[in-house]
Amino acid sequence: MSVLEKQPPEPEAHEHHHEEPFWRKYIFSQDHKVIGIQYGFTALIFLLVGFSLMLMMRWQLAFPGKPIPIVGGLLGSANAPGGIMLPEFYNQLGAMHGTIMVFLAIVPLAVGAFGNYVVPLQIGAPDMAFPKLNMASYWVYATGGVVMLASFFVPGGAANSGWTSYPPLSTIATQGQTWWLVGMIFLITSSLLGSVNFIVTILQLRAPGLTLMRLPFFVWSQLVTAFLLLLAFPPLEAAGVLQLMDRIANTSFFTPSGLVVSGEVLDVAGGGSPLLWQHLFWFLAHPEVYVLILPAMGIVAEVIANNTRKPLWGYRSMVYAAVFLGFMSFIVWAHHMFLTGMGTTISAFFQTTTMIISIPSVIILTALFISLWGGSIRFNTPMLFALAFLPMFGIGGLTGLPLGLSASDIHLHDTYYVIGHFHYVVAPGTIFAMFAGIYYWFPKITGRRMNETLGKLHFWPSLIFMNGIFMPMFVQGLAGVSRRLYDGGMQYDHAQDVLQWNSFMSYSAFGLLAAQVPFLINFFKSIRWGAAVDSNPWRATTLEWAAAPSPPVAHGNFPEEPVVRRGPYEYSVPGHDSDFLPQHAAVQEA
Amino acid sequence: MQIPYTVEERPDTGLYNAKLGVWLFLASEVMLFGALFSSYILLRTGDPSFMIVPHAIAEQLGHAGHGELRWPAELNVPIAFVNTLVLIFSSVTIVMSWASLRLRKLDKFRLWMGLTLLCSLVFLVLKAVEYNAKFSHHLLPGTANFLAIYFTLTGLHALHVIGGVVVNGYLWGPGAKMWKSDPARFTNRVEVAGLYWHFVDLVWIFLFPSLYLL
Repeated sequence: MSVLEKQPPEPEAHEHHHEEPFWRKYIFSQDHKVIGIQYGFTALIFLLVGFSLMLMMRWQLAFPGKPIPIVGGLLGSANAPGGIMLPEFYNQLGAMHGTIMVFLAIVPLAVGAFGNYVVPLQIGAPDMAFPKLNMASYWVYATGGVVMLASFFVPGGAANSGWTSYPPLSTIATQGQTWWLVGMIFLITSSLLGSVNFIVTILQLRAPGLTLMRLPFFVWSQLVTAFLLLLAFPPLEAAGVLQLMDRIANTSFFTPSGLVVSGEVLDVAGGGSPLLWQHLFWFLAHPEVYVLILPAMGIVAEVIANNTRKPLWGYRSMVYAAVFLGFMSFIVWAHHMFLTGMGTTISAFFQTTTMIISIPSVIILTALFISLWGGSIRFNTPMLFALAFLPMFGIGGLTGLPLGLSASDIHLHDTYYVIGHFHYVVAPGTIFAMFAGIYYWFPKITGRRMNETLGKLHFWPSLIFMNGIFMPMFVQGLAGVSRRLYDGGMQYDHAQDVLQWNSFMSYSAFGLLAAQVPFLINFFKSIRWGAAVDSNPWRATTLEWAAAPSPPVAHGNFPEEPVVRRGPYEYSVPGHDSDFLPQHAAVQEA
Repeated sequence: MQIPYTVEERPDTGLYNAKLGVWLFLASEVMLFGALFSSYILLRTGDPSFMIVPHAIAEQLGHAGHGELRWPAELNVPIAFVNTLVLIFSSVTIVMSWASLRLRKLDKFRLWMGLTLLCSLVFLVLKAVEYNAKFSHHLLPGTANFLAIYFTLTGLHALHVIGGVVVNGYLWGPGAKMWKSDPARFTNRVEVAGLYWHFVDLVWIFLFPSLYLL
């Protein structure tokens, strides 16, 4: 049979019965596609904001004590007198870079944008299960983002106790910390609304015939992610409430007795435990790193299956691995706390679970690598980003093992090695997967393709500069250079031999900024002038491409409800004249 | 566009959307209160003087010279006990309100849901009386960590009660209009609100012994 004849009708064929007013259609929209785009734009802006904060930090690390060019004069004398950054301001930048990147950029992009837009389409659903909650989730997120940004302008500036906000430092910090806590409570509420919605949508709204084992791997990754968000975030909310009480109601949940600050005993009841915060924080924040990586793995799996024109190798093992990963991620948190003196027994437990959790990650990565074997690979831009994800995430993951072993962690803890490790996972790992997703689903959203030449001009320099930034961090970290030093380690003897890398890394970071210019041009130009494509330009099997027009029908997605007949990756099935069999296509038996 | 399974159950999961949604929400709530209860346990076992009323406070309460005063003593057990009964009774009434809708009796629904609301208000008033007594004796969250956890846990629980009053009040009042247009969906809404309300009661049933009695 010919699949191409089965193309769904183009959107022109669908008549609107009534036009909604602008504000209902684009601002307070309940359509998952519009909400996904809102999330996407907002998250990309925050990605740029978080990146800009980092660029200022990198300037300071490379050229400590020199005025910051261009923006230096705009930062105000409280932050950078004469354009020269103060240590207090560096601390704000560090704390807010982490907070913005994790909670306002990557997770909203991976879950809010891609999840929202793609999941209902991939499962053949007309929308999310709770459209009003979906809308509320976006607006609560946006409010949280505004609170976080506003905190830069309060007396004392934004939160400056690290993105981890460890007490007692955070308890006695300036007012910005309170704003941070309030902002976090908004973001946690948003993620709660979102995660309930995702789980219900995936379990309840699957099209007829779409069994769990026929779900595209991306949907599985979103399902596991939603469970992590649902169950891991509340303990941080609890911790946030307790810290807020410490700061506002003068309680001492995290303040020990007899704490001396600036030569005076703090006037509180005391008896609290600073370590309690760390346990509650990492109970969220370890599952959180899987929230960052799982959707990325999902996107990469989609792109790889599509561009190798082969079924994913080991789909079932990947699904089981993702579920196991989700479960295990709840019992590894204290490997962030080996240096807190919690004792060898507890350390042994957590280092064992940490070694175990590396197994499912390796299974997924291996399955993706083997999927490449023997395929006639199409090297388009989404595929390049997806392929680069594999070794980059590999480096990030493998360098995590020495941190998970309590003996080697004693040397590496809080050094640049840690920064290198998790940035390899999140930056050339997750962010590359996000770019793969943007290039891959752009035609679905706009009906136009992004330019391939500009795409490659974006990809290759980004790959080189990413490694230029993060690879030297391993060198510095192994030499013992601590993170969070506002002069990059200049005052330390043991850092002298590796200090020259600071300017190298910073130049790489500025290069990375330049490498995003082709992307921005490509992105905005293609919305309007990109090459128009039919509804399934990648010749993909999954429902969002095969059963819906590009862009999908405004309310309801599908011209007719798809009925699923087979698994998600039926590429190059022998005996058919096209190399892909859409999940819903009826095939006449020969 | 019609979203499937808003009213009827999906055959393979046996649930309608909102019911699955509220169960997931409650799972998240369990993690929230679970973290707070764990913090309570950790703080209490980690600090030997956690349950001992600071000397200055004991004196101010007129307990000087009677040996060391331990914490739960200052909490008002009779009021909390009455509140426990009130909440348990309200759990029964909200089930009755749902059952009335299943029997297609809107009047009975209004009566039982009204009783539920009354119980919630009684609970909140008694809670306010308790708080007021603490405040007037200068027993504040910052006074000692036991009071800090007491105010945080009961305060967060009271916020949940207020949330329940808002939802139940809506269903009792303006929301009941849906009974005319979509009775099956309205019945589901009451069931879902009921599940949430049972959870709020359950939290209190844990709070009462662990704060007032132990």
